[in-house]
Amino acid sequence: MQAWHEIVVEALKANDIRLIPYVPDNVLKPLIAAIHADPFFTAFTTAREEEAVGIVAGGVMAGMRGMVLMQTSGFATLPNVLASLPCAFHIPVLMMISERGTLGEFNLGQAAVWRTMRPALESLAMEYQVITRLDECGFQVDRTIRQALMTQQPTAMILSPLLTGGKASPVKAGG
Amino acid sequence: MSVTTAHNAKKMYRFDLVKRLVARLKNDEAVIGGIGHSNFDLFTAGHRPQNFYMLGSMGLAIPIALGVAIAQPRRKVFALEGDGSLLMQLGCLSTVAAQAPKNLIILVMDNGTYQITGGQPTPAAVGTDYVAVARGCGLTSAAWAADEEDFERLVQRCLETDGPHLIGLKLDAQGPAGQTERDPVQIRDRFMRGMGVKQSKLPG
Ligand SMILES: Cc1ncc(C[n+]2csc(CCOP(=O)(O)OP(=O)(O)O)c2C)c(N)n1
Repeated sequence: MQAWHEIVVEALKANDIRLIPYVPDNVLKPLIAAIHADPFFTAFTTAREEEAVGIVAGGVMAGMRGMVLMQTSGFATLPNVLASLPCAFHIPVLMMISERGTLGEFNLGQAAVWRTMRPALESLAMEYQVITRLDECGFQVDRTIRQALMTQQPTAMILSPLLTGGKASPVKAGG
Repeated sequence: MSVTTAHNAKKMYRFDLVKRLVARLKNDEAVIGGIGHSNFDLFTAGHRPQNFYMLGSMGLAIPIALGVAIAQPRRKVFALEGDGSLLMQLGCLSTVAAQAPKNLIILVMDNGTYQITGGQPTPAAVGTDYVAVARGCGLTSAAWAADEEDFERLVQRCLETDGPHLIGLKLDAQGPAGQTERDPVQIRDRFMRGMGVKQSKLPG
């Protein structure tokens, strides 16, 4: 059985998604490591998620498809640039978001910002998929990427803790 | 490189500088015009299919140009970014320095103000030296243009040598010479044709 990050890498390669700027997240570690280990990809950190959206927008318009990696809190910094760049210009900027703030979150800040993510995506009228199951992961990632490219629209793929295991609390409740 | 400092650089007219830049572009170089009056003057200097005009996403002219530069390493790519916009996304200079794209050239259009919103001074106007900031971020080829001739010389050097390069331009308070047509989907479509990425039977 393949791990979720191996499935994602396969779908990225199948769709020629090469440019991967990101702000890191703990849950994304195996995906980030796999992408860096593979010369197919051009992957690097940026100072802000907004910057990474700009880089992928530029790359895609010049013929190199890309995807931004981030966590929930990173997404919360993005609505303005999403609205005025990929949404307004119809640029297929792909995003993969590691979902923090739900299903056993230990940090109230993460839990609070989590509540803004779906309303923001919905009010931007952005297509998004929540990936929860290993057996559906490949299909969802592949089809979501293809639809974004064919319809020239940005899209978000949310990696649920149901898929990744998330980041569990280091201490017991009340402990 | 030039030893011009932020204090003795001549304050120049943005539209004149943009025209001088465009006149030197002979190899379908890409130019990304940032929010504010940078993209207005780029558009007014005469549309080229290799121009992209930002309408929002303040601070992203340099990141967009970096993406284009990575995707097409044989094409020179210019970012025209206002000082207020750069200030909002200063971290991108470190990203550029880390990726070190040889074909990227950044022009900082420094009028000390947010001109398009009424000319309010930026917090950096009092003493921030953007060329020094860029050097501090690791962009060693960064210089203020002393005057128009120096600017032309620096642009030619950027076209002929490996970058990344950054040119600081001190501007006078004159407004833009025109206004960009605000049709983002058309702008994107034409830019992709200009980059040779999109073929279409629909006339461009
Ligand atoms: C995130 C964000 N904040 C504020 C604005 C409003 N705004 C639009 S352009 C601009 C000023 C841009 O200044 P600068 O980049 O120096 O360009 P100039 O207007 O001087 O040409 C501001 C504050 C905005 N569009 N987006």
